[in-house]
Amino acid sequence: MVVPLHHIIAISGLLFTIGVVGVLFRRSAIIVFMSVEIMLNAVNLAFVAFSRYHGSVDGQVFVFFIMTLAAAEVAVGLAIIIALYRNLRTADLSEIHELKH
Amino acid sequence: MTASLFYLFAVGLLGASLFVVLNPNPMYSVVALVFGFANLAAIYFLLEAYFIGALQVLVYAGAIMVLFLFVVMLLNVQSDADHPSLPRVFRIGSWWFGALALVFIGLFLLLVGRSALALLAPSEVPPTQIGSVSQVGEALFTRYLLPFELASLLLTVALIGTVFLAKKKI
Repeated sequence: MVVPLHHIIAISGLLFTIGVVGVLFRRSAIIVFMSVEIMLNAVNLAFVAFSRYHGSVDGQVFVFFIMTLAAAEVAVGLAIIIALYRNLRTADLSEIHELKH
Repeated sequence: MTASLFYLFAVGLLGASLFVVLNPNPMYSVVALVFGFANLAAIYFLLEAYFIGALQVLVYAGAIMVLFLFVVMLLNVQSDADHPSLPRVFRIGSWWFGALALVFIGLFLLLVGRSALALLAPSEVPPTQIGSVSQVGEALFTRYLLPFELASLLLTVALIGTVFLAKKKI
């Protein structure tokens, strides 16, 4: 493998930053949710890179568990979005402020 | 060859992610994210993590994104292109902005590669077998057996929770 480790880590960091920007600035609940997925994948990339360059399989086992967690999270989160939409007729996070007042 | 392929897939991944965040239409965002996850799977294969790469295609690009697509179509979410609270840069949503951002990312990577971080660069890493299915499976079923079983419990809990949340009346 000729790619240096810090390039992969830089890409992982950039990916995580893109995810953070999406969570902070977008109003659509589904886009925010997809940005969270992007952040999870950035962490996965860092895990796999370190696992490869340190010759240890533990990082890839961690990625396996993160993927399991992400699948469960997506199922529950999308169910919550559907329930929100059914009750409030919107998936816009700026219009959902029932708990604020 | 491997290195140039890696950078190609990395640019695809970052470009698709930027498109997801910047595009106002959720439908396009989902398709772009599928493309990005496919690129990430290719990066995993280049890193010799074959099991994780296969899982990435099956679980992320397959199952999770189909779920997203399903919900976007079910809810008929409008594009928030003309949403007043959205900063103007997010309302452009065209390819040229992503291309411009990619140029900056490329410059950043070039700088990172040639600056102080180059001190951290490891020497040539020999090829290993650690990414193969048998190696990962062996670790999963010996040292990580308890977390593995707990993961199945977590999936069961998520299944029950989803049914409870999504149904109108239990």
